[in-house]
Amino acid sequence: MEFNATLIGQAIVFLILIWFTVKFIWPPLTRAIEERQKKIAEGLSAADRGRQELEEAKSRADAIIREARERASQIIEQAQHRANDMIEQAKSAAAAEGQRLVAAAQQQIELEASQARENLRRDVAQLAVRTAAKLLEREIDERAHADLINKLAAQI
Amino acid sequence: MATEQGGSSSTEYIVHHLTHLKVGEGFWALHLDTLIVSTLLGAVFLWIFYSAARKATSGVPGKFQAFVELVVEFVDNQVSEVFHGNRGFVAPLALTIFVWVFLMNFMDLLPLDYPALIASAAGAHYFRAVPTADVNTTFAMSITVFVLIIFYSIRAKGLGGFGHELFTAPFGSHFLLWIPNFFLNLVELLSKPISLAMRLFGNMYAGELVFMLIALLGFTVAGLDLGSGLGFFGQVVMGAAWTIFHILIITLQAFIFMVLTVVYISMAQAHH
Repeated sequence: MEFNATLIGQAIVFLILIWFTVKFIWPPLTRAIEERQKKIAEGLSAADRGRQELEEAKSRADAIIREARERASQIIEQAQHRANDMIEQAKSAAAAEGQRLVAAAQQQIELEASQARENLRRDVAQLAVRTAAKLLEREIDERAHADLINKLAAQI
Repeated sequence: MATEQGGSSSTEYIVHHLTHLKVGEGFWALHLDTLIVSTLLGAVFLWIFYSAARKATSGVPGKFQAFVELVVEFVDNQVSEVFHGNRGFVAPLALTIFVWVFLMNFMDLLPLDYPALIASAAGAHYFRAVPTADVNTTFAMSITVFVLIIFYSIRAKGLGGFGHELFTAPFGSHFLLWIPNFFLNLVELLSKPISLAMRLFGNMYAGELVFMLIALLGFTVAGLDLGSGLGFFGQVVMGAAWTIFHILIITLQAFIFMVLTVVYISMAQAHH
């Protein structure tokens, strides 16, 4: 054990080491560490936030899909309704048309029948007149006896 | 290891290894070996940590930066547990002490004769490679720490407060108690640097001495007889065991020096 000027030299070396470490080594290293800690903390919170947002978006998407499904089934139901209505309408329209046609045909038939009957009646009247004229050997004036003929025709 | 020393006796061997490479006489003498090794190791410390600090990135660190950051964070955690307040000076001080003392202690693990061999090749007859086994190194550090303790005491309490505390704590402010108070405080204050320096010096000096004694076992190797066999076995096995155990000691001593420094400085700020 021997104390000498080495002590002073070592103290100077020590002070230089301390000064250099305080000034140039410690600050950048701790700054880097602290910045990284901050970055990691931010990353973790961002990941948390992202997860939360994802969940929210998922539930929102679920709600939208549910709503869309409901709407779709509503629309299908409506369409079905309308199709049924249209079929019913078409059916009733067709039925009405049919009836109308039938009625028109009947009318026509009746008209034609009465016309035929009229013609027949006239023909029969003329035939009768002609037969009578033949029988009487005398010309019956059709014009003079139109009244008579018509009365006869109506009687047949 | 010791066989390179040729015919020198045990006493000569130990004395040789305990003699510093010295220039000058009396107080103004310098231990060149201590100064050279400790300055070189200080430069190594600064170079390693500065090259990491210069390229330090807050992104993904490389392995080298991760290692340096590991040391820095370890020291910072130790300091933050003990010292409350701005660590801008105390934490790097602790880092300097820890790494520098560790590196200087580490010289103890080099094979005992090799540094001396290298030095003698450079023309130096004596060379002690472990700067912390030199009281000048340990006291230089502990006295610097002592000055810092005084500085922090005065900064926290003011010159008057510190002086007042020296005379009135711990017994009280009665004027009859001034002398015993001052005496106790003086002992308490001075015991800090002395114990700090002597603990480190004692451990490293004793460790070095044990290495020398183990190396002396190799002196008994003279041929293929039982005694030589035991000596060789002792040197190799005990040397290895002591080296492995010493890894713990050198780290622990560096750690203790660092933690006690921080504790003393944080105590200096506290009021009695």
